[in-house]
Amino acid sequence: MDITSPGRAAALLIRRDLRLAMRKGGEWLQPLLFFLVVTTLFPLALDPQLSRLRDIAPAALWVGALLSSLLALDLLFREDGADGTLEQLVLSGVPLAWLLLAKTAVHWLLTGLPLVLMAPLVSTALGAPYAAMPGMLAALLLGSVALSLVGAIGAGLMLNVRRGGALLALLVLPLATPVLIFGARATSMAIAQQAYDAPLYLLAAITVLAATLAPLAAAAAVRIGIE
Amino acid sequence: MSWVWFHKLGSPPHFYRIAGRWVRWLAWPAVLLGAYGLIGGLAIAPADYQQGEGYRIVYVHAPAAWLSLMIYTTMAVSAAVGLIWRMNVAHAVAASCATIGASFTVLALATGSLWGKPMWGTYWEWDPRLTSELLLLFLYLGYIGLRSAIEDIPRADRASAVLAIVGVVNVPIIHYSVVWWNSLHQVASVMKLDRPSMPTSMLLPLLSMFLAATLLFVALMLTRARGEVLRRERTARWIGEALQQESA
Repeated sequence: MDITSPGRAAALLIRRDLRLAMRKGGEWLQPLLFFLVVTTLFPLALDPQLSRLRDIAPAALWVGALLSSLLALDLLFREDGADGTLEQLVLSGVPLAWLLLAKTAVHWLLTGLPLVLMAPLVSTALGAPYAAMPGMLAALLLGSVALSLVGAIGAGLMLNVRRGGALLALLVLPLATPVLIFGARATSMAIAQQAYDAPLYLLAAITVLAATLAPLAAAAAVRIGIE
Repeated sequence: MSWVWFHKLGSPPHFYRIAGRWVRWLAWPAVLLGAYGLIGGLAIAPADYQQGEGYRIVYVHAPAAWLSLMIYTTMAVSAAVGLIWRMNVAHAVAASCATIGASFTVLALATGSLWGKPMWGTYWEWDPRLTSELLLLFLYLGYIGLRSAIEDIPRADRASAVLAIVGVVNVPIIHYSVVWWNSLHQVASVMKLDRPSMPTSMLLPLLSMFLAATLLFVALMLTRARGEVLRRERTARWIGEALQQESA
Protein backbone atom coordinates (compact mmCIF):
# COMPACT_ATOMS: atom_id res chain seq x y z
CA MET A 1 0.00 0.00 0.00
CA ASP A 2 1.53 3.27 -1.09
CA ILE A 3 0.55 5.88 1.45
CA THR A 4 2.51 8.60 -0.34
CA SER A 5 0.09 8.74 -3.24
CA PRO A 6 -1.88 11.97 -2.79
CA GLY A 7 -5.31 10.38 -2.87
CA ARG A 8 -4.43 7.69 -0.40
CA ALA A 9 -2.69 10.11 1.96
CA ALA A 10 -5.66 12.47 1.95
CA ALA A 11 -8.08 9.61 2.63
CA LEU A 12 -5.98 8.41 5.57
CA LEU A 13 -5.70 11.92 6.93
CA ILE A 14 -9.45 12.48 6.68
CA ARG A 15 -10.13 9.22 8.48
CA ARG A 16 -7.63 10.07 11.21
CA ASP A 17 -9.02 13.56 11.79
CA LEU A 18 -12.60 12.32 11.93
CA ARG A 19 -11.70 9.54 14.34
CA LEU A 20 -9.77 11.95 16.59
CA ALA A 21 -12.68 14.38 16.63
CA MET A 22 -15.09 11.64 17.64
CA ARG A 23 -12.82 10.38 20.41
CA LYS A 24 -12.25 13.84 21.84
CA GLY A 25 -15.92 14.12 22.64
CA GLY A 26 -18.05 17.07 21.74
CA GLU A 27 -15.38 19.70 21.17
CA TRP A 28 -16.47 20.13 17.55
CA LEU A 29 -20.02 20.87 18.75
CA GLN A 30 -18.99 24.02 20.59
CA PRO A 31 -18.95 26.34 17.54
CA LEU A 32 -22.44 25.11 16.66
CA LEU A 33 -23.72 25.86 20.16
CA PHE A 34 -22.04 29.26 19.96
CA PHE A 35 -23.92 29.91 16.72
CA LEU A 36 -27.22 29.00 18.40
CA VAL A 37 -26.55 31.24 21.40
CA VAL A 38 -25.42 34.23 19.33
CA THR A 39 -28.44 34.08 17.04
CA THR A 40 -30.65 33.89 20.13
CA LEU A 41 -29.17 37.14 21.38
CA PHE A 42 -30.48 39.15 18.44
CA PRO A 43 -34.21 38.80 19.28
CA LEU A 44 -33.39 39.57 22.89
CA ALA A 45 -31.54 42.74 21.95
CA LEU A 46 -34.23 43.79 19.49
CA ASP A 47 -37.95 43.48 20.11
CA PRO A 48 -39.21 40.01 19.30
CA GLN A 49 -41.70 40.79 16.54
CA LEU A 50 -41.19 38.28 13.75
CA SER A 51 -41.88 40.93 11.11
CA ARG A 52 -39.00 43.04 12.42
CA LEU A 53 -36.74 40.07 13.07
CA ARG A 54 -37.17 39.03 9.44
CA ASP A 55 -35.30 42.16 8.37
CA ILE A 56 -32.26 41.36 10.46
CA ALA A 57 -32.40 37.57 10.00
CA PRO A 58 -29.74 37.50 7.22
CA ALA A 59 -27.43 39.71 9.25
CA ALA A 60 -27.90 37.62 12.39
CA LEU A 61 -27.36 34.37 10.50
CA TRP A 62 -24.25 35.50 8.70
CA VAL A 63 -22.57 37.37 11.50
CA GLY A 64 -23.29 34.36 13.70
CA ALA A 65 -21.82 32.01 11.10
CA LEU A 66 -18.74 34.20 10.65
CA LEU A 67 -18.04 34.44 14.39
CA SER A 68 -18.67 30.76 14.96
CA SER A 69 -16.33 29.79 12.11
CA LEU A 70 -13.73 32.07 13.68
CA LEU A 71 -14.13 30.33 17.00
CA ALA A 72 -13.84 26.95 15.33
CA LEU A 73 -10.50 27.78 13.69
CA ASP A 74 -8.72 27.07 16.94
CA LEU A 75 -9.50 23.39 16.39
CA LEU A 76 -7.95 23.30 12.92
CA PHE A 77 -4.18 23.32 13.44
CA ARG A 78 -3.53 24.13 17.10
CA GLU A 79 -3.20 20.59 18.48
CA ASP A 80 -1.55 19.10 15.40
CA GLY A 81 0.97 21.93 15.52
CA ALA A 82 1.71 21.32 19.19
CA ASP A 83 2.22 17.54 18.96
CA GLY A 84 4.28 17.53 15.76
CA THR A 85 1.70 16.08 13.40
CA LEU A 86 2.00 19.05 11.08
CA GLU A 87 5.76 18.54 10.84
CA GLN A 88 5.15 14.96 9.75
CA LEU A 89 2.74 16.21 7.09
CA VAL A 90 5.35 18.66 5.80
CA LEU A 91 7.99 15.91 5.68
CA SER A 92 5.68 13.31 4.15
CA GLY A 93 6.52 14.20 0.57
CA VAL A 94 2.86 14.66 -0.32
CA PRO A 95 2.08 18.25 -1.39
CA LEU A 96 1.27 20.12 1.82
CA ALA A 97 -1.42 22.28 0.23
CA TRP A 98 -3.30 19.15 -0.78
CA LEU A 99 -3.11 17.66 2.72
CA LEU A 100 -4.25 20.94 4.26
CA LEU A 101 -7.18 20.98 1.84
CA ALA A 102 -8.14 17.54 3.18
CA LYS A 103 -7.79 18.77 6.77
CA THR A 104 -9.89 21.83 5.97
CA ALA A 105 -12.54 19.59 4.41
CA VAL A 106 -12.79 17.58 7.64
CA HIS A 107 -12.91 20.81 9.60
CA TRP A 108 -15.81 22.03 7.46
CA LEU A 109 -17.57 18.70 7.86
CA LEU A 110 -17.37 19.01 11.64
CA THR A 111 -18.03 22.72 12.11
CA GLY A 112 -19.44 24.17 8.87
CA LEU A 113 -21.93 21.52 7.83
CA PRO A 114 -23.67 21.26 11.25
CA LEU A 115 -24.14 25.01 11.12
CA VAL A 116 -25.79 24.78 7.69
CA LEU A 117 -28.05 21.96 8.93
CA MET A 118 -29.04 24.02 11.97
CA ALA A 119 -29.76 27.13 9.90
CA PRO A 120 -33.39 26.24 8.92
CA LEU A 121 -34.28 26.04 12.59
CA VAL A 122 -32.56 29.28 13.48
CA SER A 123 -33.90 31.20 10.49
CA THR A 124 -37.45 30.00 11.18
CA ALA A 125 -37.10 31.30 14.71
CA LEU A 126 -36.01 34.62 13.20
CA GLY A 127 -39.12 34.76 11.03
CA ALA A 128 -37.77 33.66 7.65
CA PRO A 129 -40.44 32.02 5.46
CA TYR A 130 -40.06 28.41 4.28
CA ALA A 131 -39.85 29.56 0.68
CA ALA A 132 -36.50 31.17 1.54
CA MET A 133 -34.91 27.89 2.64
CA PRO A 134 -33.36 26.71 -0.67
CA GLY A 135 -31.64 30.03 -1.35
CA MET A 136 -30.50 30.44 2.22
CA LEU A 137 -29.16 26.90 2.47
CA ALA A 138 -27.30 27.16 -0.84
CA ALA A 139 -25.71 30.43 0.26
CA LEU A 140 -24.70 29.07 3.66
CA LEU A 141 -23.36 25.86 2.12
CA LEU A 142 -21.10 27.78 -0.28
CA GLY A 143 -20.25 30.48 2.25
CA SER A 144 -19.28 28.14 5.06
CA VAL A 145 -16.86 26.31 2.74
CA ALA A 146 -15.25 29.62 1.79
CA LEU A 147 -15.04 30.68 5.44
CA SER A 148 -13.27 27.44 6.40
CA LEU A 149 -10.79 27.87 3.53
CA VAL A 150 -10.01 31.53 4.23
CA GLY A 151 -9.87 30.76 7.93
CA ALA A 152 -7.24 28.07 7.30
CA ILE A 153 -4.82 30.81 6.19
CA GLY A 154 -5.40 32.69 9.44
CA ALA A 155 -5.08 29.53 11.52
CA GLY A 156 -1.81 28.71 9.72
CA LEU A 157 -0.42 32.16 10.42
CA MET A 158 -1.45 31.90 14.06
CA LEU A 159 0.89 28.90 14.46
CA ASN A 160 3.65 31.52 14.62
CA VAL A 161 2.01 33.39 17.46
CA ARG A 162 2.14 32.14 20.99
CA ARG A 163 -0.72 34.11 22.49
CA GLY A 164 -3.16 35.06 19.78
CA GLY A 165 -6.24 36.38 21.46
CA ALA A 166 -8.19 38.65 19.17
CA LEU A 167 -5.49 38.76 16.49
CA LEU A 168 -7.04 35.89 14.54
CA ALA A 169 -10.25 37.91 14.17
CA LEU A 170 -8.29 40.89 12.88
CA LEU A 171 -6.53 38.69 10.32
CA VAL A 172 -9.51 36.71 9.06
CA LEU A 173 -12.57 38.97 9.25
CA PRO A 174 -11.46 41.63 6.72
CA LEU A 175 -10.59 38.84 4.27
CA ALA A 176 -14.00 37.26 4.83
CA THR A 177 -16.06 40.38 4.11
CA PRO A 178 -16.84 39.45 0.46
CA VAL A 179 -18.28 36.12 1.67
CA LEU A 180 -20.39 37.97 4.21
CA ILE A 181 -21.61 40.52 1.68
CA PHE A 182 -22.70 38.06 -1.00
CA GLY A 183 -23.97 35.45 1.43
CA ALA A 184 -26.10 37.87 3.42
CA ARG A 185 -27.36 39.49 0.21
CA ALA A 186 -28.41 36.16 -1.29
CA THR A 187 -30.14 35.25 1.97
CA SER A 188 -32.03 38.50 2.27
CA MET A 189 -33.09 38.32 -1.39
CA ALA A 190 -34.33 34.78 -0.81
CA ILE A 191 -36.30 35.97 2.22
CA ALA A 192 -37.77 38.81 0.15
CA GLN A 193 -38.76 36.26 -2.53
CA GLN A 194 -36.54 37.86 -5.14
CA ALA A 195 -34.28 36.12 -7.65
CA TYR A 196 -31.11 35.49 -5.68
CA ASP A 197 -28.94 33.80 -8.29
CA ALA A 198 -26.65 36.79 -8.97
CA PRO A 199 -25.12 37.01 -5.47
CA LEU A 200 -25.14 33.22 -5.25
CA TYR A 201 -23.04 32.88 -8.41
CA LEU A 202 -20.59 35.50 -7.14
CA LEU A 203 -20.39 33.67 -3.83
CA ALA A 204 -19.72 30.42 -5.71
CA ALA A 205 -16.95 32.17 -7.65
CA ILE A 206 -15.34 33.31 -4.41
CA THR A 207 -15.61 29.81 -2.96
CA VAL A 208 -13.94 28.26 -6.01
CA LEU A 209 -11.20 30.89 -5.90
CA ALA A 210 -10.69 30.23 -2.19
CA ALA A 211 -10.53 26.47 -2.79
CA THR A 212 -7.78 26.90 -5.37
CA LEU A 213 -5.64 29.58 -3.71
CA ALA A 214 -6.25 29.39 0.05
CA PRO A 215 -4.61 25.96 0.60
CA LEU A 216 -1.42 27.25 -1.07
CA ALA A 217 -1.30 30.28 1.23
CA ALA A 218 -2.17 28.12 4.25
CA ALA A 219 0.63 25.72 3.32
CA ALA A 220 3.12 28.59 3.14
CA ALA A 221 1.92 29.84 6.53
CA VAL A 222 2.14 26.39 8.13
CA ARG A 223 5.65 25.81 6.75
CA ILE A 224 6.82 29.05 8.36
CA GLY A 225 4.95 28.22 11.56
CA ILE A 226 6.57 24.87 12.25
CA GLU A 227 10.15 25.82 11.42
CA MET B 1 19.23 45.08 -18.59
CA SER B 2 21.62 44.46 -15.80
CA TRP B 3 20.24 43.51 -12.41
CA VAL B 4 23.44 44.21 -10.51
CA TRP B 5 22.04 47.36 -8.89
CA PHE B 6 19.13 45.31 -7.56
CA HIS B 7 21.29 42.58 -6.09
CA LYS B 8 23.54 45.21 -4.57
CA LEU B 9 20.54 46.65 -2.74
CA GLY B 10 20.24 43.32 -0.98
CA SER B 11 23.38 44.09 0.96
CA PRO B 12 22.47 45.95 4.16
CA PRO B 13 25.52 48.31 4.28
CA HIS B 14 25.05 49.27 0.65
CA PHE B 15 21.33 49.81 1.12
CA TYR B 16 21.95 51.85 4.26
CA ARG B 17 24.33 54.17 2.42
CA ILE B 18 22.26 54.52 -0.78
CA ALA B 19 19.02 55.03 1.14
CA GLY B 20 20.61 57.76 3.24
CA ARG B 21 21.61 59.61 0.08
CA TRP B 22 18.18 59.16 -1.51
CA VAL B 23 16.31 60.46 1.50
CA ARG B 24 17.93 63.88 1.08
CA TRP B 25 17.26 63.96 -2.64
CA LEU B 26 13.59 63.06 -2.12
CA ALA B 27 12.71 65.05 0.98
CA TRP B 28 13.52 68.50 -0.45
CA PRO B 29 11.47 68.14 -3.65
CA ALA B 30 8.66 66.75 -1.48
CA VAL B 31 8.70 69.85 0.73
CA LEU B 32 8.85 72.26 -2.23
CA LEU B 33 6.14 70.50 -4.22
CA GLY B 34 4.00 70.20 -1.11
CA ALA B 35 4.36 73.91 -0.36
CA TYR B 36 3.37 74.82 -3.93
CA GLY B 37 0.48 72.35 -3.86
CA LEU B 38 -0.90 73.58 -0.53
CA ILE B 39 -0.59 77.28 -1.34
CA GLY B 40 -1.84 76.83 -4.88
CA GLY B 41 -4.68 74.56 -3.81
CA LEU B 42 -5.83 76.17 -0.60
CA ALA B 43 -5.32 79.84 -1.47
CA ILE B 44 -4.89 80.52 -5.18
CA ALA B 45 -7.16 78.03 -6.96
CA PRO B 46 -10.75 79.24 -7.51
CA ALA B 47 -13.60 77.85 -5.44
CA ASP B 48 -15.69 75.10 -7.00
CA TYR B 49 -19.00 76.34 -8.42
CA GLN B 50 -20.91 73.53 -6.75
CA GLN B 51 -18.98 72.67 -3.61
CA GLY B 52 -17.60 76.11 -2.82
CA GLU B 53 -14.53 76.10 -0.61
CA GLY B 54 -15.27 72.63 0.73
CA TYR B 55 -13.72 70.88 -2.22
CA ARG B 56 -10.25 72.07 -1.20
CA ILE B 57 -9.86 69.10 1.14
CA VAL B 58 -9.26 67.08 -2.02
CA TYR B 59 -5.70 68.41 -1.99
CA VAL B 60 -5.01 66.31 1.09
CA HIS B 61 -7.63 63.62 0.71
CA ALA B 62 -6.92 62.37 -2.81
CA PRO B 63 -3.14 61.97 -2.37
CA ALA B 64 -3.70 60.21 0.97
CA ALA B 65 -6.21 57.82 -0.57
CA TRP B 66 -3.92 57.10 -3.52
CA LEU B 67 -1.00 56.44 -1.18
CA SER B 68 -3.02 54.14 1.06
CA LEU B 69 -3.45 51.73 -1.86
CA MET B 70 -0.04 52.34 -3.42
CA ILE B 71 1.76 51.66 -0.13
CA TYR B 72 -0.15 48.42 0.41
CA THR B 73 0.92 47.25 -3.03
CA THR B 74 4.50 48.32 -2.40
CA MET B 75 4.44 46.48 0.90
CA ALA B 76 3.10 43.29 -0.68
CA VAL B 77 5.58 43.42 -3.58
CA SER B 78 8.59 43.93 -1.33
CA ALA B 79 7.28 41.27 1.06
CA ALA B 80 7.04 38.88 -1.90
CA VAL B 81 10.57 39.80 -3.00
CA GLY B 82 11.76 39.12 0.53
CA LEU B 83 9.93 35.82 0.70
CA ILE B 84 11.06 34.56 -2.70
CA TRP B 85 14.68 35.69 -2.76
CA ARG B 86 15.12 35.67 1.03
CA MET B 87 16.20 39.27 0.91
CA ASN B 88 16.38 40.72 4.39
CA VAL B 89 16.39 44.32 3.15
CA ALA B 90 13.13 43.78 1.27
CA HIS B 91 11.50 42.58 4.49
CA ALA B 92 12.79 45.68 6.23
CA VAL B 93 11.19 47.82 3.51
CA ALA B 94 7.87 45.96 3.87
CA ALA B 95 7.97 46.43 7.63
CA SER B 96 8.59 50.16 7.20
CA CYS B 97 5.66 50.52 4.80
CA ALA B 98 2.97 49.25 7.16
CA THR B 99 2.74 52.07 9.72
CA ILE B 100 3.09 54.80 7.08
CA GLY B 101 0.38 53.17 4.98
CA ALA B 102 -1.95 52.84 7.95
CA SER B 103 -1.37 56.52 8.80
CA PHE B 104 -2.23 57.65 5.28
CA THR B 105 -5.33 55.43 5.36
CA VAL B 106 -6.45 57.09 8.59
CA LEU B 107 -5.77 60.49 7.01
CA ALA B 108 -7.83 59.58 3.93
CA LEU B 109 -10.70 58.36 6.13
CA ALA B 110 -10.60 61.42 8.38
CA THR B 111 -10.51 63.93 5.51
CA GLY B 112 -13.18 61.98 3.63
CA SER B 113 -15.43 62.08 6.65
CA LEU B 114 -14.79 65.81 7.21
CA TRP B 115 -15.67 66.45 3.57
CA GLY B 116 -18.80 64.35 4.01
CA LYS B 117 -20.25 66.59 6.72
CA PRO B 118 -20.89 69.67 4.55
CA MET B 119 -21.46 67.70 1.32
CA TRP B 120 -23.55 64.73 2.44
CA GLY B 121 -24.76 66.21 5.72
CA THR B 122 -23.20 63.39 7.73
CA TYR B 123 -19.72 62.47 8.88
CA TRP B 124 -20.09 58.88 7.85
CA GLU B 125 -21.90 57.47 4.88
CA TRP B 126 -21.54 53.79 3.96
CA ASP B 127 -20.17 54.88 0.64
CA PRO B 128 -18.31 52.09 -1.19
CA ARG B 129 -15.04 53.99 -1.34
CA LEU B 130 -15.08 54.94 2.33
CA THR B 131 -16.07 51.42 3.32
CA SER B 132 -13.34 49.71 1.34
CA GLU B 133 -10.86 52.25 2.69
CA LEU B 134 -11.95 51.25 6.19
CA LEU B 135 -11.45 47.57 5.36
CA LEU B 136 -8.03 48.43 3.97
CA LEU B 137 -7.21 49.99 7.34
CA PHE B 138 -8.20 46.72 9.02
CA LEU B 139 -5.89 44.83 6.64
CA TYR B 140 -3.03 47.15 7.62
CA LEU B 141 -3.82 46.72 11.32
CA GLY B 142 -3.90 42.94 10.94
CA TYR B 143 -0.49 43.04 9.27
CA ILE B 144 0.96 45.26 11.99
CA GLY B 145 -0.65 43.11 14.67
CA LEU B 146 0.73 39.86 13.26
CA ARG B 147 4.21 41.34 12.86
CA SER B 148 4.31 42.63 16.41
CA ALA B 149 2.92 39.39 17.86
CA ILE B 150 5.90 37.35 16.61
CA GLU B 151 9.15 37.96 18.42
CA ASP B 152 11.54 36.14 16.11
CA ILE B 153 12.32 38.64 13.31
CA PRO B 154 12.85 36.24 10.34
CA ARG B 155 9.69 34.38 11.24
CA ALA B 156 7.72 37.60 11.67
CA ASP B 157 9.01 38.71 8.25
CA ARG B 158 7.89 35.60 6.44
CA ALA B 159 4.55 35.10 8.18
CA SER B 160 3.54 38.72 7.62
CA ALA B 161 4.74 38.47 4.02
CA VAL B 162 2.24 35.65 3.42
CA LEU B 163 -0.49 37.83 4.95
CA ALA B 164 0.46 40.82 2.79
CA ILE B 165 0.30 38.72 -0.39
CA VAL B 166 -3.06 37.21 0.58
CA GLY B 167 -4.25 40.73 1.37
CA VAL B 168 -3.18 42.19 -1.96
CA VAL B 169 -5.04 39.44 -3.82
CA ASN B 170 -8.09 40.24 -1.71
CA VAL B 171 -8.04 44.03 -1.99
CA PRO B 172 -9.72 44.16 -5.44
CA ILE B 173 -12.22 41.44 -4.45
CA ILE B 174 -13.13 43.34 -1.29
CA HIS B 175 -13.38 46.62 -3.19
CA TYR B 176 -15.68 45.31 -5.90
CA SER B 177 -17.86 43.36 -3.50
CA VAL B 178 -18.31 46.52 -1.43
CA VAL B 179 -19.17 48.52 -4.56
CA TRP B 180 -21.71 45.88 -5.56
CA TRP B 181 -23.14 45.73 -2.03
CA ASN B 182 -23.69 49.45 -1.90
CA SER B 183 -25.09 49.86 -5.40
CA LEU B 184 -28.11 47.80 -4.35
CA HIS B 185 -29.30 49.72 -1.34
CA GLN B 186 -27.98 53.18 -1.65
CA VAL B 187 -30.49 55.42 0.13
CA ALA B 188 -29.88 58.82 -1.35
CA SER B 189 -28.08 59.79 -4.48
CA VAL B 190 -24.65 60.69 -3.24
CA MET B 191 -22.95 63.54 -4.92
CA LYS B 192 -20.34 62.15 -7.27
CA LEU B 193 -17.07 63.77 -8.02
CA ASP B 194 -17.39 63.06 -11.71
CA ARG B 195 -16.28 66.44 -12.85
CA PRO B 196 -15.48 66.29 -16.55
CA SER B 197 -12.40 68.42 -16.27
CA MET B 198 -10.58 70.70 -13.91
CA PRO B 199 -9.17 74.08 -14.76
CA THR B 200 -5.40 74.12 -14.76
CA SER B 201 -5.23 76.34 -11.69
CA MET B 202 -6.93 73.54 -9.74
CA LEU B 203 -5.27 70.62 -11.45
CA LEU B 204 -1.62 71.66 -11.21
CA PRO B 205 -1.58 72.00 -7.40
CA LEU B 206 -3.38 68.66 -7.14
CA LEU B 207 -0.82 66.90 -9.33
CA SER B 208 1.93 68.57 -7.35
CA MET B 209 0.38 67.28 -4.12
CA PHE B 210 0.24 63.75 -5.53
CA LEU B 211 3.89 63.91 -6.40
CA ALA B 212 4.84 65.52 -3.09
CA ALA B 213 2.96 62.88 -1.09
CA THR B 214 4.55 60.04 -3.05
CA LEU B 215 8.04 61.47 -2.60
CA LEU B 216 7.30 62.06 1.08
CA PHE B 217 6.27 58.44 1.45
CA VAL B 218 9.44 57.15 -0.20
CA ALA B 219 11.59 59.43 1.96
CA LEU B 220 9.81 58.39 5.16
CA MET B 221 9.89 54.75 4.17
CA LEU B 222 13.62 54.81 3.42
CA THR B 223 14.31 56.57 6.72
CA ARG B 224 12.34 53.93 8.59
CA ALA B 225 13.95 51.14 6.55
CA ARG B 226 17.41 52.46 7.51
CA GLY B 227 16.40 52.28 11.16
CA GLU B 228 15.01 48.81 10.59
CA VAL B 229 18.27 47.69 8.94
CA LEU B 230 20.26 49.10 11.87
CA ARG B 231 18.08 47.21 14.31
CA ARG B 232 18.46 43.96 12.42
CA GLU B 233 22.20 44.29 11.87
CA ARG B 234 23.03 45.72 15.28
CA THR B 235 25.79 43.16 15.85
CA ALA B 236 27.44 43.67 12.45
CA ARG B 237 30.78 45.43 12.20
CA TRP B 238 29.93 47.75 9.30
CA ILE B 239 27.50 49.71 11.46
CA GLY B 240 30.25 51.35 13.51
CA GLU B 241 32.06 52.48 10.36
CA ALA B 242 28.89 53.75 8.71
CA LEU B 243 27.83 55.74 11.76
CA GLN B 244 31.31 57.22 12.10
CA GLN B 245 31.28 58.30 8.47
CA GLU B 246 27.90 59.91 8.98
CA SER B 247 28.91 61.93 12.01
CA ALA B 248 32.14 63.03 10.30
